[in-house]
Amino acid sequence: MASGGDARRVARGTWVELHRVVLPPGERAPKLPEETRRVPLELRVRGFLIADASPGESAEVRTAAGRRQRGTLDRVLPPYEHGFGPPVPELMEVGEELRAILRGEESER
Amino acid sequence: MTAGDAYAAVMARRDEIVRRSVGIDYSVYRIGSLAFDYERLLADTGYDVETVAAIQEGTAVGHTPLVELERLTRLVRTTAPAGKGARIFVKDEAANPSGSFKDRRASLSVHEARERGFAGVAAATSGNYGAAIASQAAKAGLRCVVVQEAFDSAGIAQPEIAEKTRACEAYGAEVLRLSVGPELFYVFLRVLEETGFFNASLYTPYSILGIETLGFELARELLARTGRFPDVVVATHAGGGNVTGTARGLAAAGAVETQIVAASVDLSGLHMASDRDFNRKSFTTGHTGFSLPFTTWPDRADVPRNAARALRYMDRFVTVTQGEVFYATQALAQLEGMERGPAGNTSLAAALALARELDEDRTLVVQETEYTGAGKHPMAQLALARRMGIRIARGDPAASRPGESIIIPERLDQVRCVDVDLDGVRHSYLRNALAAAPAGTRLEEADVAFLAAETHTTPDTVQEMIDARHASTR
Repeated sequence: MASGGDARRVARGTWVELHRVVLPPGERAPKLPEETRRVPLELRVRGFLIADASPGESAEVRTAAGRRQRGTLDRVLPPYEHGFGPPVPELMEVGEELRAILRGEESER
Repeated sequence: MTAGDAYAAVMARRDEIVRRSVGIDYSVYRIGSLAFDYERLLADTGYDVETVAAIQEGTAVGHTPLVELERLTRLVRTTAPAGKGARIFVKDEAANPSGSFKDRRASLSVHEARERGFAGVAAATSGNYGAAIASQAAKAGLRCVVVQEAFDSAGIAQPEIAEKTRACEAYGAEVLRLSVGPELFYVFLRVLEETGFFNASLYTPYSILGIETLGFELARELLARTGRFPDVVVATHAGGGNVTGTARGLAAAGAVETQIVAASVDLSGLHMASDRDFNRKSFTTGHTGFSLPFTTWPDRADVPRNAARALRYMDRFVTVTQGEVFYATQALAQLEGMERGPAGNTSLAAALALARELDEDRTLVVQETEYTGAGKHPMAQLALARRMGIRIARGDPAASRPGESIIIPERLDQVRCVDVDLDGVRHSYLRNALAAAPAGTRLEEADVAFLAAETHTTPDTVQEMIDARHASTR
């Protein structure tokens, strides 16, 4: 085992994400739509790495619930990537339109 | 994976796993040939609405503000005939600890789990309920596992569910994120077996009794504010718990005349088990993909007898489009200063149309809001929709097609509710109930009474519906 030589080696205790296939296409539930039936049921779980491992290797984590979970080491310190995205022009006009209606109503009072 | 972990093997153990993890023997509630004693199932928990309220006060759940939406009411009146335009109120459920009314459901489930000595709780949910159960578990010192349907086969996460993943992890829960498919239930059963945790299902009596305080509070508050109970309460409708619990709470407060309207986002044409359709919907809950199947057959849930039975309580069932809900979300933010939703604003969109039909002196309560934030926002949903090739435009939302286009209304009077044919829903329910009964079942008096309660009709009407079915199948 390389010590310090393998730059991709991830140290135990690191927060990582594992990936595993729970059900391959042939073992999935009956009566699924075709596009779902032909792909595997995949699982992703995060936790603290129990022993040093490299991405792509089988690894084990201790989850936030204290359980051990196995899978392929996929991501190290997985970021939360969801956000808001760009402004939506179709929505941005709505507020001003509605405020204008209320202003019109006020001036009639 | 051992043979005992295979899909069919785990599903075959389903009843046993669920019985152990919920701690309820549902078989003792059977009456007649197909009926069960729904009220006794709920009563046997020992919780009434006041006891639940006291438990919820212990974790800062409930007593959320009831806010009058004066500017939205004025706005609606500009599009209504003279003398029309009911006063609109909203129960700001986003003020609960994890940001939605789901804290009410979670609080009682976690309380029950702790009382029974479970070391942890588990829930199968991609929605706000995950954050709620994780939050309540954190306060109770219990461990928590949440199983989500989170991403498609291309690895693209639904932004709203990604936010729920983050929230659950923020509260210290383990989150198992799955790709698309109903086998989420299979994974959930394995979690229950492996952990021995309490099954904090959305459909147990605890989950429903937890919501009764919402209807109870809003009835009392509106009575204090206006001197009368609400004329109409609109509830966003998915699995049925929100409608059921709210309606029961209203009745417990004495508001028996209040009209209950269930509102869902129209996602017709999109398949809930489709890997392709998964990211072509901008709503992950409160939509017809859940509400229609659960209204017409509640016992498709993860417990043998679902305590959420919305058809018993709804007086009206309406749908709105995705574009209308985004429009209502903007209106709430920019006219009332409340940035909430979007999914929780389904009932608000419906309310903007319903209020137009009602006299000015009537009151209409939108019974929830939910927190908003990264991913869980119209901008994030519409950005994903564009990426998936969905057309976004201003116009008449009636022309929109789920999965193909989202049309933001150009004018307030284009926000409309479409009524779901409740008689058709009742017939579908009856067909499903009779199909689930063992072959050769003869209906007893208790069964007919049960079916009348289930369909919110009378025994005579049930008999007529059954006779009509026999005539048409002959």
